[in-house]
Amino acid sequence: MPLLEVDSLTVEYRARRGNVRAVDNVSFSLKKGEILGVVGESGSGKSTLGLSLIRQIPSPGVVMGGSIRVDGKDVLTLSEEEMRGLRGRKIAFIFQDPMTSLNPVKTIGAHFVELLRTHEPDLSETEALGRAKEILKVLGILPERINDYPHQFSGGMRQRIMIGLAIALTPHLVIADEPTTALDVIVQAKILDLLKSLRDTFGMALILVTHDLSIVLERSDKIIVMYAGQLVEQAERLDMQDKPSHPYTQGLLRSIPNIELADQRLEAIPGNPPDLLNLPEGCRFQQRCPYVMEHCHKETPLIDVGNSHFVRCFLYGG
Amino acid sequence: MQKIKHSILGQLIPGLSSLTKRGAAGWITIIGAVLVVSIVLMTLLAPWISPHDPSAIDVNPPPNPAPPSEQFPLGTNHLGQDMLSRIFWGGSIMLQVAVLSVFICLIIGMPLGLLSSYAGGVLDKTSSLIMDSIYAFPGLVLAIAIAATLGRGVVNMALSIAVVYIPSYFRVIRSQVLTIKELTYTEAAKAAGAKRRTILFRYILPNVVPSIVVVATVNFADAILTAAGLTFVGLGVEKSIPDWGYDLTDGRALLPIGAWWVITFPGIMIVLLALGFTLMGEGLSELLNPRLEQ
Repeated sequence: MPLLEVDSLTVEYRARRGNVRAVDNVSFSLKKGEILGVVGESGSGKSTLGLSLIRQIPSPGVVMGGSIRVDGKDVLTLSEEEMRGLRGRKIAFIFQDPMTSLNPVKTIGAHFVELLRTHEPDLSETEALGRAKEILKVLGILPERINDYPHQFSGGMRQRIMIGLAIALTPHLVIADEPTTALDVIVQAKILDLLKSLRDTFGMALILVTHDLSIVLERSDKIIVMYAGQLVEQAERLDMQDKPSHPYTQGLLRSIPNIELADQRLEAIPGNPPDLLNLPEGCRFQQRCPYVMEHCHKETPLIDVGNSHFVRCFLYGG
Repeated sequence: MQKIKHSILGQLIPGLSSLTKRGAAGWITIIGAVLVVSIVLMTLLAPWISPHDPSAIDVNPPPNPAPPSEQFPLGTNHLGQDMLSRIFWGGSIMLQVAVLSVFICLIIGMPLGLLSSYAGGVLDKTSSLIMDSIYAFPGLVLAIAIAATLGRGVVNMALSIAVVYIPSYFRVIRSQVLTIKELTYTEAAKAAGAKRRTILFRYILPNVVPSIVVVATVNFADAILTAAGLTFVGLGVEKSIPDWGYDLTDGRALLPIGAWWVITFPGIMIVLLALGFTLMGEGLSELLNPRLEQ
C-alpha cells in the first residue's frame, strides 16, 4: 500500500469574481521513503496542493472533490481532533519563509518542547530538551544555542531548525513548500542535501514543492509538473531528465542555465500563464505552446507514454 | 565615580543603560518616566511634605486669595487654603482613577479583543460593531454622560473612563491578532498539530503584549485628562478631597479678579502628568515596535 494516495483532488478558491480552481483533478501516489518533486510556477496550484495534504488550505479555499489517503486513511474525513494528531506527528510541513516561521518570542528549545509535548504529553521538559539537543546536533547547530531566540540565527540556520522541528517526531511524510526560495544558492544546496540525508536516515517520504525544476531533477525519485492547476506531466526522475515530453516541461528545462555551455542563451517561455478565472478551452498551455494544433482546443487527457510516465498533451496520442 | 553611579542606577533600573543607547526614543521614554515617577512620589509623600493641611480653611488670614509669597509659595485660594499643599495632595484621586480604569480596560478589552478576533465570525462582527459605535462618540462627552448616570466616586469615574477607552484596546489588539494569525509561525504551529488554545496563548498573546503596553500608557494620559475633566464639571469625588480638577473649577471663577495662581498651578500639574504618560507611550511604542528597530 502506498504511503500517500491522492485521487482526483480538486480544490477551489471561492472568490467574488468566481471560483478559481487552484488544483484540478490531480492524482498521484507516493511510496514510503520516496522523494516527490512538485514543480510549477506561481499560481500553478502547487502550494495549495501541499497545504491540502494537511487540510490547511487558506480561506476561502475548499476541497471540492477527490480523496487524500495517508496509510489508507482518508484525511478529508478525519475529525479536527484526529487531524491535529496527524499534523506534526505523521505529516510535517516546512514553510517557505524561514524568517517568519518561528515564533519571535520563544526560544528554539521552547519550540521543540512545545511540539514534542503536544504529541507526547508524558515527556518531561528535560527529556524534550535533551531530544531537541540531539536533533540540533544532527542539523549541525551547536546544542548550546538551544536557549537562543529565532532572531539570533541566520536564515539558513532557521530553515535548518524548521527542518529539525519537522523531523523531531520522525513523521512518515514531510512536505517542504519551497524550503529554499528565501535562501541564497549555497545555503539552498546545503538545506536540500540535509533533507535528502535525513530521508536516507529516517526513511520518511518527502514532497519538495518548488518552482525550480533543477532542484528536483537532482534529488527526487519522481517529479510532477503542474500548470494552471493541472498536472501536466508525471515521470520518474531519469525519464523526466531524458525525455521531457510536455512542451511546458521542455520549456522549463531549456531555461535552466548549464555551466558547461558557456555561451548558451537561455530560452524563456513566451507569454504568461492563463487567468484561472478565464481559462482557454482545452489545453491550458495552448497560447504559449510552439506546437499548438487544431484539436488543442479540446479537453486534453493525461496520456500514458509508458514506464509510468504521463503527459497531458495531444502530441503523444489521444 | 561617574561610572559607579551609572552602574548602580543600571542595577536599580534594569534596561536603563540600554534605554540611553536607543537614541531619541530612549530619552523620550526616560523623560516621560521621570515625570510620572516624580509626580507619583510627590503624591505618595504628600502627608509628610505638605506645609499645611490641604483642606484647612483660612491657614492664611483674609484677605484671600493671596498671591504667591514667601510663606505660601503658590499662593492661597478664596478659602484661604494653601495651594502648595493642595498641589501635593491633589493628584491622588486622578492617579487612582487612571490606574483603576486602565486595569478595567485590560481585563475587559484584552480578552474580548483576543477571543473575538481569533475566533472571527458572529462574535467578531458583533463586538466590532459595539466597539465602533462606542468609538464614534467624543470620549469626554460620553464619559461625562456615564459618570452623570453612575454618580460620584473613584470606581464610577474609573468605570466611565474605561467604557470610553476599551474600544482603543479592542481595535489595536484586533488588528494585531488578525495580522499575527496569518503569519507563517502560527500556520507552522497549526501544521505541527498545536491546539487553538496553544496558538492563542503562546503564539498570539505574547506578540500582542508590546502593543498593549503602548496603548495602556497612552490610555493613562487620556484617563488623567478625562478624570480632570470629570472633576472639573463636578462629577468627581466629594469636594472636601483636594483635587487638581476642582482647583481648576475654583480657579476659573477667580481668574477674572486676577488670581491667576489658583488655576495655573493645578493646570500645569495635569499637563505635566499627562505629558509624562504620553512621552512614555510614544517612546515605548517606538522602542517596542520591532519594525522600527535597527
